[in-house]
Amino acid sequence: MTKVIVQGKAKGLVLKTHNPINFLGAIDNKTGIVHDQKYDIFEKSVKNSVLVFPHGIGSSVGAYTIYSLKVNGNAPIAMICQKADLTVASGCALADIPMLVVTPEKFNSIENGKEMQIDTKSTEIIN
Amino acid sequence: MELTKEEQEALDGEMGETLQTAYRILLATGEATNAEKLIPIKWAHLSGVNYNTIGDAGEEFLRKISKDAQVKVKATVNPMGVDFDHISEFNHIDDEFIEKQKSIRDSYIRMGVEPTFSCTPYDIFDLPEKDTQVSFAESNAAIFANSLGGLKTNKESAFSALASALTGKSPYSDFRKDETNIPMTIRMKLEHPNELDFGLLGFFAGKVGDTAVNISGVSQPNRRSCKALCGGMGTSGTCAKFQFTDVENDTSEKVDFGKEEMNKIYDELNTSDKGDIITLGSPQLGLGELSDLSNMLKGKSFQKRCMIFCSRAVQNQARNLDYTKEIERAGGEILSDCCTCLTPLIDTNETDSVTTNSVKGAYYLKNSTGVDVNLKSLSKIIEEDTK
Repeated sequence: MTKVIVQGKAKGLVLKTHNPINFLGAIDNKTGIVHDQKYDIFEKSVKNSVLVFPHGIGSSVGAYTIYSLKVNGNAPIAMICQKADLTVASGCALADIPMLVVTPEKFNSIENGKEMQIDTKSTEIIN
Repeated sequence: MELTKEEQEALDGEMGETLQTAYRILLATGEATNAEKLIPIKWAHLSGVNYNTIGDAGEEFLRKISKDAQVKVKATVNPMGVDFDHISEFNHIDDEFIEKQKSIRDSYIRMGVEPTFSCTPYDIFDLPEKDTQVSFAESNAAIFANSLGGLKTNKESAFSALASALTGKSPYSDFRKDETNIPMTIRMKLEHPNELDFGLLGFFAGKVGDTAVNISGVSQPNRRSCKALCGGMGTSGTCAKFQFTDVENDTSEKVDFGKEEMNKIYDELNTSDKGDIITLGSPQLGLGELSDLSNMLKGKSFQKRCMIFCSRAVQNQARNLDYTKEIERAGGEILSDCCTCLTPLIDTNETDSVTTNSVKGAYYLKNSTGVDVNLKSLSKIIEEDTK
């Protein structure tokens, strides 16, 4: 079952990683580019993507990174995780970025680069 | 999550924009942790104080909300980027950093927080009674509170702890309820582990564990090693609690931490065989650690710059007890209100590599400050880098 953590609507291309994300250490909030080479989305930009990743890890200040990405115009338009964590949930809540938690089956079925539409008020949340 | 009438009104904005924002955050974190309601908390510890970590967007956000926001419960705060008492000794720090850092400091003080600027609130205050609900961001402090302090907190985020400070509430998530089964036991296989080994164990446990782990094969070590364990664990994952146990015949999944596992983590974090400078701290040192250090330094001097981070409260106590005398005679620089992680005090134009015994420090020195790291235990630092 898809669970809504932060409400909202979004449409964009999926950027998917299999690495849990430490927002503070791994993403440059001034550019939106992943600058930690241990990630399989190294050098990719999260800007305007539907960012799909297992869950957040590490520093509690990562919530500020998410908010900074939004203020700087480099944020994802939505985030989809397999497991909810407080850093990502609270960062998305303040930055007004829709955020969902999906089942492992759904997570695995999401393809990188595909267009995705999200509407948390609709019966089909993900299209 | 069910809200009371009053909470719902606050969420709808009837009590102003700041509380609306706070309840929006609590609602999202409540959904994220399957909470059915909000409960009162007694103490919030906030992260997001260093200008290097929260940037312009964070500085502006805090300046804006601090115009009318006031904390409702005891609130303490994490380190800043610098020690303003020693700022004149660090010429490379630009005016913009200083101005923005002061603005952030002043915003928190306006909101009524206690100006602790420390990642080790447990070294400054007596902890409340067992099972008290608190809300600690700063991962090492949350893990310490749950594992060694008998308190209950999620591994909060900067915003969820701030929302808790402003409302006095936090979602009643599963983790805050009575003891649940811990699904994993890490078997410590290293003999005579020092604080660096415990830091590496923590980093490993954070990677493989979910929200809590058992640790078997070793009894509770000294405070320095306990803090290193908390710091390492908080850096690498979502784990918010550990428990030392000798029970091996339960149903939990068993994972070994031996030489091989340790070396793998060590090689990931150690990128240099020497450091241009030394930093001690992350977490900041406590009074006992400063006492130990002053004993270890008797008759010795550092052969390179050594920054030693502790909270202002601990530094004042250490001065009264004269622990600082031997450390400063040996060339150690005692700094407060800041710590190794993301401090601009380390001048990257002059410093290529840093020696530290902190696993947490190593991760952020490498990934955020952008210097190489020479990771070794305190006793080895004293042996190799003092004369």
